[in-house]
Amino acid sequence: MVTTLDSVDVVTVGVGWTGGIIAAECAKEGLKVVGLERGRERGTEDFSIVHDEYRYAVRYELMQDLSRETITFRNNRRQRALPMRQLGSFLLGEGLGGAGTHWNGQTWRFLPYDLQIKTITDEKYGANKLPAEYTIQDWGITYDELEPYFDRFEKTAGISGEDKNPFWGKRSSAYPTPPMKKTPILQRFETATSNLGLSPFMVPSANLSEAYENPDGQQINACQYCGFCERFGCEYGAKTSPEITVVPAARETGNYEVKFNANVVEVMKEGDRVTGVRYFDTVTFEEFIQPANVVVLTSYVMNNAKLLMVSEIGQQYDPETGQGSLGKNYAYQILPGATGFFDEQMNTFMGAGALGMTVDDFNGDSFEHGDLDFIHGASLSITQTGSRPILANSTPPDTPSWGAEFKRASIENFTRTLNVGGQGASMPHKENFLALNGTYKDIYGVPLLELTYNFTDQDRALHNYITERAGEIMQEMGAKTVVTRNPITDYDIVPYQTTHNTGGTVMGADQATSVVNNFLQHWDAENLFVVGAGNFAHNGGYNPTGTVGALAYRCAEGVIRYSREGGSLV
Amino acid sequence: MAKKDKNFSRRDFLKTSGIATGALIGGGIIGGLIGANTNQQDTASPTSTGTSEESMGAAGGVRGLVFFGNNAEFEILNQATERIFPEDDLGPGAIGLKVAYFIDQQLAGSYGENSKEYMQAPFYEGEPTQGYQSRLKRNEMFRQGIQLMQQEAQSRFNANFVDIEGEQMDEILTAFQEGEIQMRGVDSQFFFRLLRQATLEGVYADPIYGGNANMGGWRMKDFPGHQAAYINEIESEDFVEIEPQSLGMHD
Repeated sequence: MVTTLDSVDVVTVGVGWTGGIIAAECAKEGLKVVGLERGRERGTEDFSIVHDEYRYAVRYELMQDLSRETITFRNNRRQRALPMRQLGSFLLGEGLGGAGTHWNGQTWRFLPYDLQIKTITDEKYGANKLPAEYTIQDWGITYDELEPYFDRFEKTAGISGEDKNPFWGKRSSAYPTPPMKKTPILQRFETATSNLGLSPFMVPSANLSEAYENPDGQQINACQYCGFCERFGCEYGAKTSPEITVVPAARETGNYEVKFNANVVEVMKEGDRVTGVRYFDTVTFEEFIQPANVVVLTSYVMNNAKLLMVSEIGQQYDPETGQGSLGKNYAYQILPGATGFFDEQMNTFMGAGALGMTVDDFNGDSFEHGDLDFIHGASLSITQTGSRPILANSTPPDTPSWGAEFKRASIENFTRTLNVGGQGASMPHKENFLALNGTYKDIYGVPLLELTYNFTDQDRALHNYITERAGEIMQEMGAKTVVTRNPITDYDIVPYQTTHNTGGTVMGADQATSVVNNFLQHWDAENLFVVGAGNFAHNGGYNPTGTVGALAYRCAEGVIRYSREGGSLV
Repeated sequence: MAKKDKNFSRRDFLKTSGIATGALIGGGIIGGLIGANTNQQDTASPTSTGTSEESMGAAGGVRGLVFFGNNAEFEILNQATERIFPEDDLGPGAIGLKVAYFIDQQLAGSYGENSKEYMQAPFYEGEPTQGYQSRLKRNEMFRQGIQLMQQEAQSRFNANFVDIEGEQMDEILTAFQEGEIQMRGVDSQFFFRLLRQATLEGVYADPIYGGNANMGGWRMKDFPGHQAAYINEIESEDFVEIEPQSLGMHD
């Protein structure tokens, strides 16, 4: 039996950064908002014993329980898709705050180039720079249009940074807090990259350099550099996350309620409007319908796409014909880089998730691509996130992977290894996409999402080029041995790479090639909004959260305007 | 569960693994000795800081098994992990760090039972890029792998695994690592990776999980474990040595 609840103005599916931002903005405007969160309530007080690599980083305490739901994966259409039975390549979050609880905190704005990548590439390099199977497209919004929303998110989050990067778009105001401490390890990178004629700057960080009160009146504390950010929650309330900022801001209005253990399985649709969502109580398996005037999908990339597919909203992308937009332009990232082994011990175990320095000289279109067989590039960074002993066992080449020699080398190098790593932008390809799987189901009986993905020639060329640059920087940093990353072949879902998945529900100006317009409003249902990194038409050379946050503020404005005026917002 | 038989093969494995009889080393060595290949101070032998049982929180120094009911299986695991992470002049190996006890406990819990993994049928082999596709739980893989180590020792050397020479154990482990051992429902290469990873987890996880005895794994790596903050040290040009602290010491 399904219980139908009282209708609300806005329901969000998932309560992380996007769900929290929509809730705070709409509730402040007087709209009644319900957030449905499949996980549990949690906050700073739950992280008092978080300095535990085994529980959090190895056994994934904060991550999605795959026994309930996972995705299936294949490299190409000829393969049988099989379930990702344990987490590996990327880490899906769960619980209040979502990925915004277990993130590292690097908070970037995608480049002006990113948002108009198709136009700029065609103008500068001609229409045939990339073969036609690369489905690059503009995002339907320019950097200048998105700038106020970037600014808004950075102020909410209190981002610590410095505006020294010559390749960035214009900023309307300075970072709310100064950059983090420039440690000796970072200084080594700064000196080396400066010597090479590059332009280093401090990573924009959500691990705050000083205590800060945001415009909503929420307090974020100062980072203690304890070295447990990625895959961990912050026991100091010093890593900005939804549960210490936008969620309490929404709750303080009296117009917001979060329902926990509420797993949404369907968006209800009648004609060209949605009417609410159907969810399971994850404890009792009772079914509920939450009617709402506006539905906003605010869960992770994978689940936003899946909910649209199982609810049959929009046209599923078909790689055979190129028709359909739902599931199209899924993109990942590639990770070029170099490892350096040094003679002297360094304090590698100290740090913070977003403590780092970067050069953008090889990102976006900040370098000439005329003679190169790829577009875009990567931000190249050193980060001092706090090395931990189970997962950090770097050894020089030709060291056995176990036994006495391994033990000696892994112990010696724990405090003597540094990495320079790139986040390589990934271009969409017609054979990389999301769909529904016909065989496997989650515990609610809903089909699993199916990811079809492989690295492309563009990715491989970019990886090789950026890896060489990383090696040059590491050489200049004075490493005794420099080991550059191996060229990439096929994508492998087993080793952890990055949680920066994008696409599947892309935004754009053209209904034929996008799922939502530039207010993140669904083309086929005016009272349905879909927001997150799934909106990215390709993946850039940065962590996605800053851009996701900006899109969420843009979306909130759209929801509020729609609630007052109705109709299509574009 | 079978009662742990203290006498069974312990003498034998001590004899064959190069550990001095009667002196299981529980302590670590001080951080300054770690520059193994790069400084010449590392000739000192490891200093014992006493046996570890007393400080492990176990009743009267006795440790029980919670997954393995068969002591012989446990002793094989003990030896196999010691080959992966051996005792040397840097400090204790897997046996001294109580790694097999750590693994035993993990196999009895959600790790061993795969309770957070998607275990629904159908099962197909798949491509290597698609990852783990076995219907076996991790604790079933360990049990089978350990039984096969014993079988291999018998067929290759006509002896129990725990009685063969270290190099002979390495030969068997290498055969697992290279996928040459026929396992049911899982590739031996996959099992070996699991065994290696579980060993490292037992060496370096917080001692609250029963391994990393006396924080010996951390001491070797100069990792200070649970520290509240480094805000006052992080700008130091010099390497900072810090006495490690476990979450279990945190009241």
